[in-house]
Amino acid sequence: MIFQNAWFVLWGVLWTVYFVTDGFDLGAGMLQLFLARDEGEHRAVISSVGPFWSGNEVWLITAGGATFAAFPTTYAVMFSALYTAMLLLLFSLIVRGVAVELRHKEEAAWWRRSWDKALAASSFTAALLFGVAFGNIFEGLPMDAAGFHGDLFTLLNPYGLVTGVLFVLLFLVHGGLWLACKTKGPLSERCAASARALWPPLAAAAVVFLVYTKFATKLYDNLFAFPALLAVPSLAVAALCATRWRLGRGQALKAFLASCVTVGAVVATGVIGLYPDLLPSRLDARFSLTAFNSSSSPYTLKIMTVVALLCVPAVIAYQLWNYRLFRQEIDPAQPAGPGELY
Amino acid sequence: MDALSLSRIQFAVTAGFHFIFVPLTLGLSVIVAWMESRYARTGDELYLRMTRFWGKLFLINFALGVVTGITLEFQIGMNWAEYSKYVGDIFGVPLAIEATLAFFLESTFIGLWIFGWDKVSKKVHAAAIAIVAAASNLSALWILLANGWMQRPVGYVLRNGRAEMTDFFAVATNIYGWVKFSHTLFAGDVVAAFFVMGVAAYHIIKKNDLEFFKRSFRMAAGFGVLASFLVFLTGDFQASVVAKFQPTKLAAMESVWVTRTNAPYYLLSWPDPSHERNLVEALGIPNGLSLLSYQHADAPVKGLRDYPKELRPPVIPTFVSFKLMAGLGAVFAALAVLAWVLARSESLESHPLFLWAMVLAIPLPYIASEFGWVVAELGRQPWIVYGLLKTSDAVSQAVSAGQVARSLAGFTLLYGFLACVDAYLLFKNAKKGPAPRLQGA
Repeated sequence: MIFQNAWFVLWGVLWTVYFVTDGFDLGAGMLQLFLARDEGEHRAVISSVGPFWSGNEVWLITAGGATFAAFPTTYAVMFSALYTAMLLLLFSLIVRGVAVELRHKEEAAWWRRSWDKALAASSFTAALLFGVAFGNIFEGLPMDAAGFHGDLFTLLNPYGLVTGVLFVLLFLVHGGLWLACKTKGPLSERCAASARALWPPLAAAAVVFLVYTKFATKLYDNLFAFPALLAVPSLAVAALCATRWRLGRGQALKAFLASCVTVGAVVATGVIGLYPDLLPSRLDARFSLTAFNSSSSPYTLKIMTVVALLCVPAVIAYQLWNYRLFRQEIDPAQPAGPGELY
Repeated sequence: MDALSLSRIQFAVTAGFHFIFVPLTLGLSVIVAWMESRYARTGDELYLRMTRFWGKLFLINFALGVVTGITLEFQIGMNWAEYSKYVGDIFGVPLAIEATLAFFLESTFIGLWIFGWDKVSKKVHAAAIAIVAAASNLSALWILLANGWMQRPVGYVLRNGRAEMTDFFAVATNIYGWVKFSHTLFAGDVVAAFFVMGVAAYHIIKKNDLEFFKRSFRMAAGFGVLASFLVFLTGDFQASVVAKFQPTKLAAMESVWVTRTNAPYYLLSWPDPSHERNLVEALGIPNGLSLLSYQHADAPVKGLRDYPKELRPPVIPTFVSFKLMAGLGAVFAALAVLAWVLARSESLESHPLFLWAMVLAIPLPYIASEFGWVVAELGRQPWIVYGLLKTSDAVSQAVSAGQVARSLAGFTLLYGFLACVDAYLLFKNAKKGPAPRLQGA
């Protein structure tokens, strides 16, 4: 019981960290196509995410691996029921990774332009599909004893799409702020301006999402059962407002940190609202997959807990060190240094 | 075709494609780390240029390896949901450990290494690639412990309609996984050694940057001699582990039909599955197979006829893959020794034919590695977990043949495209040679 709860929490933490970190990579990937105007600016964008994106993506791999190890039935049903969506997500992530890594390996302009477009498109579809997937998890899948009834188009329902749009806008603002912090000169200003311009649509999407969630999902049940938990969605709203406020005062870094809190609190709200479900059934709660009916044995969870306690703090420590090491802003006007030869 | 066959083809395509990049990553990370550690110690700029040239080729390959690896984690759940439910309690654990222990390290420090040339000291930078090399190999260990459990399940009990772990220590020390890991590790080193020697040989023939490429060649040759002998030794040891735990696989590898003691090792043979015998059996080494498998001349070697037909792996592909892999292994050892002798005696340039042979030999260790996987995975059939769960019972129930057909088409297109991109970049950069002098370094 305690380990199942612990792994539910850890499951939520892994997804939260993943979206807070890779969210800005995806946002920057979408924005670069529109905001970077010359080779120096494109290079600055890639250099701003280059040292981090793959380490960030491992939070997703770990979330997947942890789902497999701690909640194998959920893992099996989630991946096979959402087959086509998972496939498209996978293709998006493959193209995104290849675009970031291979763009600079060839000088020809057509090569680089093509990868810039591929990066923007794949970052967009990845963000959208993550949102659609989580929207569908929040509202529950049409599952009964016979399994999942539906296909890709079942997932593209209004609530799923609203969540998808919310994720895209969240990551766009998040990525814009990241680039505003990490680059210098006109690019940085353009990115800050884009975050300002995208904030009103994001706020609107957030309001629609918060209201729609009341009708489409049971997420609020947990929150109202323990009103102290309402602090989490309130924090999301407050952080979203703080993002805009800091941005208005020209404090890009503080705005970015507020945006981190926003993304994290949105994901945390969803996870808290789901508890104890990992994959609810929309048809009948008896068929929902929960932290209790889909988990691994207590022994396995215990082993996994030891592994997580040993490894995760170390991972956080060296990733923070890496962020600190590359804290410097990148100037698109400077020629590529020896550190950017690759 | 049904969803099962299509899912099997898709897994073979995606795992086989991923496995093009993995061995080179495993081996070349070690070679590049070795080069850079020499640079950090000696300050010799030649080692820095070597690090950067081979490092660039390493990175092109690494990027493809990472992105195609995600597919496998997704695909086990997507196409093999019944398997995931049945074994997740055990199989998921090494995968999750791989991610938290190794993959985080690898992915974080590769970023530091790529972008950190002017951010950290020489020593720290060299340490970063050494960490990447160690983490890549550590990652392979946990993946192969997971695979080792499929080959030889240990430390579990059947409960609640699935296999549940009872002894993590047994899973983590499974001899099958460790032997397979060591064999795969050294196979990766052979791939990398021949890759470096082959590219260097091309430039030596063309008289480009001779000092650079001769030194690269020499380092790789020493590495290659060691690796190709170790891959042989671990392969031999693995065969005896297979004999012990997977008698049907060994019987298919060697096409043994009748159980017998003092089994000879036939240098020439050819199986005839329809008549359950061999069409050709010649040049037998007396007691050879008994000795190889059990270290006893009179040890009985199990034959396929002892097992019902539906519990035997497909004999011809397993047999052919194994024989080609083993034969290529012997070729690698011979070529590596010759390369090392010629490189030591500074007479490489006077043997252009040999150099061309080394260029042409670049793909051979890749092919041998792929055959090795075929033996390991096809030889386990019809089981997905040996003796415990059949592959046919492991496939997702919720996924239709049409869905898998479409995803397989998608993978084929995307991977075909990626293969072209990768080949183009590797050829181009390998041919271009190293930068003459480093900007700003």
